[in-house]
Amino acid sequence: MNWDWSAVSDFMPDFWKGLLVTLQILVIGSLISFALGLVWALLMRLPTRWVTWPVGVVTEFVRNTPLLVQLFFLYYVLPEWGLTFSALATGVFAIGLHYSTYTMQVYRAGIEAVPVGQWEAATALNLPLRRTWSAVILPQAVRRVVPALGNYVIAMLKDTPMLMAISVLEMLGHARLFSQEHFQFTEPLTVIGVAFIVISYLASLLLRALERRLAH
Amino acid sequence: MPTDTLPNPEKNPARSTGELIRLEQVTKRFGSNTVLDHLDFSVDAGKHVTLIGPSGSGKTTILRLLMTLLKPDEGTITVDGQKLFPASDKEVREVRKKIGMVFQQFNLFPNMSVLRNITEAPVTVLGMSKDEAVERAKGLLEMVGLSDKCDAHPAQLSGGQQQRVAIARALAMRPQVLLLDEVTSALDPELVAGVLDVLRDIARSTDITMLCVTHEMNFARDISDQVLMFDSGRVIESGPPEKIFSEPEQDRTREFLSAVL
Repeated sequence: MNWDWSAVSDFMPDFWKGLLVTLQILVIGSLISFALGLVWALLMRLPTRWVTWPVGVVTEFVRNTPLLVQLFFLYYVLPEWGLTFSALATGVFAIGLHYSTYTMQVYRAGIEAVPVGQWEAATALNLPLRRTWSAVILPQAVRRVVPALGNYVIAMLKDTPMLMAISVLEMLGHARLFSQEHFQFTEPLTVIGVAFIVISYLASLLLRALERRLAH
Repeated sequence: MPTDTLPNPEKNPARSTGELIRLEQVTKRFGSNTVLDHLDFSVDAGKHVTLIGPSGSGKTTILRLLMTLLKPDEGTITVDGQKLFPASDKEVREVRKKIGMVFQQFNLFPNMSVLRNITEAPVTVLGMSKDEAVERAKGLLEMVGLSDKCDAHPAQLSGGQQQRVAIARALAMRPQVLLLDEVTSALDPELVAGVLDVLRDIARSTDITMLCVTHEMNFARDISDQVLMFDSGRVIESGPPEKIFSEPEQDRTREFLSAVL
């Protein structure tokens, strides 16, 4: 096996394009999964089965079917219903939705871990329910779950190459194209491997900083 | 102590006299265990009432019913002439404004500074301006001896300090009734006196009605107008503290007191 530095430098322009797409998927996908997961977790706490039952069924379904199937479904079936989005938009939404069914369970655990005395103190002070959630319960619950959410960010990063299946060219997609055109596989694949490690390391640093910021 | 930090009769002309709290035929069960059994019970405005008795006798349950943390299975509860049970959510919210509670485990909000713990409810529930709430909170913190802790977070305080903040937080809502649920039970022994001193001060200098569940018999003797001895969900004896502590009539009371004193 020969290592060719010129192949690395030839690949770099494509690499930067792929990196940008990977980061877009990761950042927007994470934000969607954080927000949507919280919505699911809160809906599941409503006292009416008319809400909890459908939300439960949908999220179970999404969590227990492969991301790849969901990608194909959204990419090929939605246009038949007249809903057309770019491959990247579809992919980002699919991965955000998929991971939201995991983050909802993280939030649930975080909410349940807030001591019952906090609810009682809020009641004793006559705080409205909305205020109890926004000022007392959620700040404490979210602080507890940041490390667990961070794990899902890393897991999501490792799932971003799946978007290749619906023609999104992220890092792996560009590496694959480059390899096929130049018959050089080692260099581009090594470069993106290192990039994945660097991104997950930086993401974990960022999340740890967030954790410290939220500590009280 | 600033004179306007605490309710007083001149500033609150509507403050009621006479009977303030009434429980009629209140029953509370947990599963097959009947904690309160057709209890009748009333407290006059401004009185300091202490509930004593063995654990499991229903003392804390009464406080939790009054704070609407629990609902009775039967009976009616009235506070200041307004129904607390049975009542609509809106009525409950109205009546609850008259009641404050201090908990055994303090239950301060750990995500907020000491100052915000105290100002949060006056601002969001009573609609007080932020400046006014902060000013009053500072007055209350001075009263409980913690003026220097405004910006601290609960985790940075000792248990005794946290409990004094919790007392200030309850008083910030200007309640007519203050419920004290074993407020020193979770404290290290050397921190108990500071909290009890604050409560003695409040009992002396305000007209707040106090309902107190405690195992601190000396404190009960000091502040109480009336002591109620509970056993198995019933009041078996009641009277002024001198009588209950010195010449109890019931054998059960004598047994209990000799065990705790």
